[in-house]
Amino acid sequence: MMRLGPTLLLGVLLLAIVSIGAASREQGDTPDRETTPNRPAGLAAWQKIYSVMSHPRCINCHTASDYPEQGDDRHRHLFNVVRGPDGKGVPALQCATCHRQANADSTGVPGAPDWHLAPLSMRWQDAADRILPSSAVCKTVSDPAKNGGLDGAALIKHHQTELVKWAWKPGLRNDGSARSVPPIDYEEFMVATREWVQAGMPCTK
Amino acid sequence: METFKLTVNCQQKDVTVDPSTPLLWVLREDLKMSGTKYGCGIAACGACTVHVGGVPTRSCVLPISLVGERPVVTIEAMSNDTIGRVVEEAWVSEDVVQCGYCQSGQIMSAVALLKATPKPTDKDIEESMGGNLCRCGTYVRIRQAIKAAARQLG
Repeated sequence: MMRLGPTLLLGVLLLAIVSIGAASREQGDTPDRETTPNRPAGLAAWQKIYSVMSHPRCINCHTASDYPEQGDDRHRHLFNVVRGPDGKGVPALQCATCHRQANADSTGVPGAPDWHLAPLSMRWQDAADRILPSSAVCKTVSDPAKNGGLDGAALIKHHQTELVKWAWKPGLRNDGSARSVPPIDYEEFMVATREWVQAGMPCTK
Repeated sequence: METFKLTVNCQQKDVTVDPSTPLLWVLREDLKMSGTKYGCGIAACGACTVHVGGVPTRSCVLPISLVGERPVVTIEAMSNDTIGRVVEEAWVSEDVVQCGYCQSGQIMSAVALLKATPKPTDKDIEESMGGNLCRCGTYVRIRQAIKAAARQLG
């Protein structure tokens, strides 16, 4: 009996986890992220991801407003630029009116393929242009109803697009100085993304 | 220096320039097409607007190396463009121009707007033309001319 104790306990524990997971799926939900065994590692990975997402190179185009932002001070984009219906500006003043497929270092205009604003459902700021807290951004990023229907695998692919990678190669300003980059390098960002996804994309409450 | 093959107003042009040269200066200095104007040099005023691959583009900040194979259309071609011609006529009939320096960029943006939005509202006009500055303050007549052109195009 003494030898069976731990085995029995483990079995009950596993059964409970499976039952909770099944119950969640029956409700059309994702597996309960509160019960994920590697949740602490996932939360730690998320904080690294958040340090990137809250950097101006990323969050300047994840606004809650009708306009993108510019610069490390995240000021409103100059030249009366507006969001437009699909996040790519309006007919005579599109993102592509200035931003092309690559950085234009000789003129100081940044560029990457498919330059556009994130949809309002993926805003990481409030209406007053304040960056949302980590938990709120985490819930937005991990919610398929808000993130364009991306699951974990698709989220990893999104982080491999040229537009996301641009944040680490943002080119030069028109005074010749280099734009700042996120606090961790791209490889570390991708390792963190995979860890977070593998942990079930946990978020703090 | 590098040689680039451009299509400008449906004509093939070869230019040998530094790859970082803005399209504006290729048009004005190398191709001697001075209809497109230099205003601010930082995409802030819209005077240098041309169409590249159908997209209204600030030519002062676009290095020639990023033009690629996309056709370039300038103000010089607007009289042969269905919408461009109507817009130019509306500009005359509404007596839009004062000094005129910004107007080629204004017309290029107005044509881009009308190609995408045949019946623009005031908001459409304000948003699309918001990047084109006019120090003479001809904005009211610009709006009238765009609406007149839209009516004409029916």
